[in-house]
Amino acid sequence: MVNIVWLVMVVFSILVAAANGNIEIITKAALEGANDAVKISLSLIAIITFWLGIMKLAEAAGLVRALAWLVRPLMRFLFPSVPRDHPAMGAIVMNLSANILGLGNAATPMGLIAMRELQTLNRNSDTASEAMCTFLGLNTSCITLIPTTIIGIRLLYGSADPTEIVGPTIMATATSMFVAIMVDRLLRLIYSGRR
Amino acid sequence: MFAVIAELSRWAIPVILLIVPVVAMLRGVKVYETFVEGAEAGFATAIKTIPYLVAMLVAISIFRASGAMEVLVVVLSPVLNYIGLPAEVLPHAVMRPLSGGAALGIASDVVKTYGPDSFLGRLVSTMQGSCDTTFYILTLYFGSVGIRKYRYSVLLGLVADFTTLIASVIIVRMVFQ
Repeated sequence: MVNIVWLVMVVFSILVAAANGNIEIITKAALEGANDAVKISLSLIAIITFWLGIMKLAEAAGLVRALAWLVRPLMRFLFPSVPRDHPAMGAIVMNLSANILGLGNAATPMGLIAMRELQTLNRNSDTASEAMCTFLGLNTSCITLIPTTIIGIRLLYGSADPTEIVGPTIMATATSMFVAIMVDRLLRLIYSGRR
Repeated sequence: MFAVIAELSRWAIPVILLIVPVVAMLRGVKVYETFVEGAEAGFATAIKTIPYLVAMLVAISIFRASGAMEVLVVVLSPVLNYIGLPAEVLPHAVMRPLSGGAALGIASDVVKTYGPDSFLGRLVSTMQGSCDTTFYILTLYFGSVGIRKYRYSVLLGLVADFTTLIASVIIVRMVFQ
């Protein structure tokens, strides 16, 4: 699916630009996109290195295992293919907690650590495992308690109550997280039959 | 309630940074050496994401710049109108899974134009707060471990985004009207 999405985006954009008589914008935008991508990756070096160090310490101290143990019943249900007390469980919990608290800077490195751990369990190293699909589904639909950035913008434009959207945001994200879990189960069934 | 959560966010990371090394030391772990050993993989992990992010962000960048996004908004508008999404926030709904920065730009523009406490302002705030940049997350996370075949995760992410969108519209209508 990602191949089709990508191809359609590229081909369609070039056709639209040509139809608008604005074809030169493509070259410029392509280079800008590439430049942004490299900047993002480079900026990740610092925070990933830092959190990998902290997580290694937490693992050595037995804290990741303890965390995985605490949430075991829920995680067993969500990730049946991951062994109990596996470090991946701890990293997943850390990532989701950071997401819930709106700690973007910590959430991304935790997520990448969780992916590394899940990859050690993956039999097919270039293909997403079921646990990875579940994890990404949870991650992108995750409950958000405080959407910090948009609250800042509401404050900037003189909202009488900038945080009034916190309640609706929690309800909307809780709904989508629930739906994501259900749909993930369904897709897992459908795709496991295809293999 | 909000104050409690905000306080929790402020303390979470400093507390982790305190507890982890102290517990590790009590358990007899050589803290400095172990930290460095773990951190070693940081550079390689970050660099590994470059080709994946370049591929995705180039596609998103030309999609925005060429005017193709506006065409997609027009194409999708009957569907999105059907679920009760006002035309003013359509570009945001389409942009949100693709680019966090661009979506934030659109959201702040709507908040500025219609006011933060208008229906549209509240709706776009909720949409911005509750959706995630699905394509970026997929690209980055899979890229960091070298996964090229995403299977059903793209579909799952889009279903989640669409659910959030519908839920935002319904909930904002219920809560504020």
